[in-house]
Amino acid sequence: MTTPSTVTGQTRQTSQRARRARAGWGFTSPFTALFLVFMAGPVLASLLMSFTDIGSADIRNPLGVNFVGFEQYGKLLEDARFLKAAGNTALFVVLGVPLTMLAGLLAALGLNSGLTKFRGLFRVGYYLPVVTSIVAISVVWRFLLQPETGLVNSVLGLLGIDGPHWLADTSLALPSLIAMATWRNLGFLMVIFLAGLQAIPQNLYEAARIDGAGWWQQFRYVTLPMLRPTMLFVAVISTIGYLQFFEEPFVMTQGGPLNSTVSISYHIYDQFGFGNYGYASAMSYVLFLGIVALSLLWFRLLSSRDDR
Amino acid sequence: MTTEIAPKPASRQRTRRRSRGTRPRDRVARLMLHLVLLIGLVVMVGPFLWMLLSAFKSEAEVRQVPPTWWPVDATVENFVRLFDRLDFPTYFTNSVVVAAAVTVGNLILCSAAGYALAKLRFPGQRLLLGVVLGTVMVPGMVTFVPLFVLVSKLGMTNSYAGLVLPFLAGAFGVFFMRQFMLSIPDELIESARLDGASELRIFLQIVMPLCRPALATLGILTFLGSWNNFLWPLVVATTEDKYTLPVALALYSVGQNNTEYGLLLAGSVVVVMPVLIVFVILQRHFVRGVATTGLK
Repeated sequence: MTTPSTVTGQTRQTSQRARRARAGWGFTSPFTALFLVFMAGPVLASLLMSFTDIGSADIRNPLGVNFVGFEQYGKLLEDARFLKAAGNTALFVVLGVPLTMLAGLLAALGLNSGLTKFRGLFRVGYYLPVVTSIVAISVVWRFLLQPETGLVNSVLGLLGIDGPHWLADTSLALPSLIAMATWRNLGFLMVIFLAGLQAIPQNLYEAARIDGAGWWQQFRYVTLPMLRPTMLFVAVISTIGYLQFFEEPFVMTQGGPLNSTVSISYHIYDQFGFGNYGYASAMSYVLFLGIVALSLLWFRLLSSRDDR
Repeated sequence: MTTEIAPKPASRQRTRRRSRGTRPRDRVARLMLHLVLLIGLVVMVGPFLWMLLSAFKSEAEVRQVPPTWWPVDATVENFVRLFDRLDFPTYFTNSVVVAAAVTVGNLILCSAAGYALAKLRFPGQRLLLGVVLGTVMVPGMVTFVPLFVLVSKLGMTNSYAGLVLPFLAGAFGVFFMRQFMLSIPDELIESARLDGASELRIFLQIVMPLCRPALATLGILTFLGSWNNFLWPLVVATTEDKYTLPVALALYSVGQNNTEYGLLLAGSVVVVMPVLIVFVILQRHFVRGVATTGLK
């Protein structure tokens, strides 16, 4: 038995729910439409394309596309330039990520030590490269690293060191790019580390000091464990960024000398330029899988034991 | 998500007091730290100073061995050539138009979607949120090939539409706005509803004004991302009249102008300096945006 009043209450509730659902879809549909067409669609299309022989000629005539299974992925293993690019990209990540994290953490510790009154100044200065275009920075660094006219070698000259031709040497070109990437990104990691450091409760340090912990012990047993979530975030973010490095070799070395700075992204772009869309898609998916795998690895290494 | 990152006044005072300690060991530590930080600052800022100063040198002086710091006789010749001969005004306009359109689009679409995901209940909500979160980290390299095929099919290569549309509604923006809007009290929205306000009115007159700090941060991050974006404009803009600044600079630096050092440095100044000036003025918003995304 329902009284008239509860019936109207129920209908009002259902109509209100319907109204809210309509509003919900109204608010999200413009975003969702664009998102499906320009993001979700291409993510799936890229996977599908990697199993075909689609090329630039097929844009006009899609019927010419053939399904080729894993052939494109098989080709990767015989492509010497891809293997070189994969090795370079791995080196860029393995050296670049820890180096940038260490530099960012040291900068954050320095600014957070309470010993400097110019924290704001240093923070702005260290962050400057982060906001600038990698293309422009690469142009500038190409000149800084010039053998005779470059600033780097003339500073080394003051110290009595005869600087090499950084970007023309097969064993120095990639490390030069890594150094530049570290320079550009350490400010970003520094700001995140600073936020992480400030979130650590002061009373943990007080307790540690009462127990007689010195500077190193406080760092080792309070700061580092408490920074773990920040470390995880920073490691994942910079790994994802470094795995895709592209502008630096594009502007500074065009992948040379002798492919010593070619990256996976650079090779994808080249193959795309040759019109090999299926092959480029296969490579981009390998890169994607690499990103997912390394992110999971970081999660395993750095997430706290309770989360596992 | 939006917790203040600055330390509480009490703890700051405590560290200050400790740091003002008169022990000589502390003074030495402070001196050493400042020395190291100062060297770091020179390394970080030096390249920009050198870029700025060298852009005003003559071609011969840029190539001088050993290099100079201050231009011996300063000239604006590089900039004149940049703007007269190389059509940099067009690239600059393209960059501004694209970045502005992308920013406005993201601010509107992402806050609308973020509001619905944070404060409304509708079927498919959880699925949408899950898909959005799942693609926040998908790199541009994965989507650009099919995206190019799509844009070619739509006949939008070498057009503003082709440059803007793929970036008009970013997953990150939706996530960012949703996180901020979660902190707006439900009671506020509920009472407006009881007063008979429509959902659109609640969104425009109550929610959006409260989101001003988040909108500022998202706007800055989006504009910056678009201004510095390289790969997509590189493949979509096929003729010079649609180049954005980074594309023009990169192609000049590897093309026939690659030996004109002064010109390329002046080009870098045009790409970098507007951003640096805005950054120094608005740095609080930048830093807050980065810190909040980091803290989750």
